[in-house]
Amino acid sequence: MTSDPIEKALLEGLARNDRASTTTLYREHFGMIQALILNNNGTVDDARDVFQEAMVVLYEKVKSGEFELSCQLKTYIYSICRRLWLKKLTQKQRFLPELEGSDSWIAVEDDLEHFEQQDQAFHLMEKAMNSLGEPCRSLLDAFYLQKKSMLEIASVFGYTNADNAKTQKYKCLTRLKKIFFAQYKNLEV
Amino acid sequence: MREDMQLLEAVERYLNQQMSQEEKLHFEQLRASNPEVDHLVVEHQLFLQQMEHFGNRKQFQSTLNEIHNDLVTTGEIKTVQPKVKVIQLVDKYKKVFALAASIAGITALAISGLVTYFTPKSNPSDIAQLKKEINTVKISQKQTENEINTLKHAPNRPATPGKFGGTGFLIDGKGYLVTSAHVVSKADSVYIVNTKGEYFKARTVHVNDNTDIAILKIEDPRFEPVRHLPYGIRKAKADLGEQIFTLGYPRTEIVYNEGYLSAKTGYNGDTVTYQIAISANPGNSGGPIFNQHGEVIGVLSGKQVTAEGVVFSSQSKNIFRALDSLKQDSSTTIRIQSNSSVKGIDRVMQIKKIEECIYNVMSY
Repeated sequence: MTSDPIEKALLEGLARNDRASTTTLYREHFGMIQALILNNNGTVDDARDVFQEAMVVLYEKVKSGEFELSCQLKTYIYSICRRLWLKKLTQKQRFLPELEGSDSWIAVEDDLEHFEQQDQAFHLMEKAMNSLGEPCRSLLDAFYLQKKSMLEIASVFGYTNADNAKTQKYKCLTRLKKIFFAQYKNLEV
Repeated sequence: MREDMQLLEAVERYLNQQMSQEEKLHFEQLRASNPEVDHLVVEHQLFLQQMEHFGNRKQFQSTLNEIHNDLVTTGEIKTVQPKVKVIQLVDKYKKVFALAASIAGITALAISGLVTYFTPKSNPSDIAQLKKEINTVKISQKQTENEINTLKHAPNRPATPGKFGGTGFLIDGKGYLVTSAHVVSKADSVYIVNTKGEYFKARTVHVNDNTDIAILKIEDPRFEPVRHLPYGIRKAKADLGEQIFTLGYPRTEIVYNEGYLSAKTGYNGDTVTYQIAISANPGNSGGPIFNQHGEVIGVLSGKQVTAEGVVFSSQSKNIFRALDSLKQDSSTTIRIQSNSSVKGIDRVMQIKKIEECIYNVMSY
């Protein structure tokens, strides 16, 4: 993954959802990115958005298990943020500006391209979930994301027994899948 | 519905590996024999993966937000916009500024006082006469100026409009343009006009009537070389159905049009041209055909009168061919770039960058 044992441990922690590792990574790198964004026409909120998006990229990369770091972690994060910010600037402005900042960055277009596909799928799912309405959304959230058992769900949502809850869950699931796949297929093409 | 529900539940238990050995074997047999079940398994597996990914990322994003807020409260990261340097300088030099301003003020007052004191009192009627005289001088000077101006511009701006008009575009910033051969073939002299209305004298350096390509060189000391052209010339063949656009001068104003590539060959199977669908008028001839990345794929040459919406364009490889023969004939080297720097940006922006390199070609 990386040669530095401390960085390696941090990245492994990140993949395990270890809060302390994530906090350390956040504390060590946020300042650098904030300086980059502020020096290039960005606000504090932009810095937060860009940095957090880069953290998600890193997170998904280490979680996939195929993360190979060919440079310092610092340079990698910087490169991702630089690319993300350039993209946002081009969307906002008419011309592509020169970014002021460190010259040590690497090409990360491939990583980001893969991330973008996942990102689209993520937003599709989010949209599909939000369009479901209650109680479907909370029900599916409880079962698939919080991994609660049908019995627990039945008592929380006030169903007389687990079977009723199951029927309801099935109906909700079918609807969600229908909404999600209707658009996911367009995404694939 | 009951059955569907049981099936989906079974699929879910199968994917989550909650089935007993026996049950699993039974299910796998069912899956192998029934393609619908197999499809459901694949689809649901994808769905569960997406769901898992969605949950993980959602969780991670909320953790990040919490961490951000924690770190801000403990003061370990600061989210303050750093004070801009200029303000600090102003603070520092406030006193100096004030002092300089007051010295300037006092000096100005003293000088204007001295001037009024020493100016001789003059007769008001004299002043009136002088004014008149100045006015006559002014008028005659203006006339002279006008005359000089017309003289200055005379050689640059031909008095009558050209015999033929077309469009041309730069292929080398040093001042080489490509246009259609038929635009300049019968010309005694060629002038080109840019979007700002400036005229330049140009010379035809190469004409090929077969491919309908001509190369012009701007020979005017006022022409400023363009260091970097925004578009490139495509060497490879264009694809059927590619979205295209063109800029040209069917009137004195630059005009934009778009369309698509409708055939890889031209009139009666002519392999040096493409057939395109775009609205083109006299004057569009010689205009560049760009694909959506801003690469030149052809040069507009003409349209079929007997059919509606059929326009032909010389293929961009003919430009390369013309340059090769030019290189053999003379020592001039023209450097062509193949990369376009307007790739992936919005069309309006592409046009803004490109239009400066498109010229109205007038032949006399």
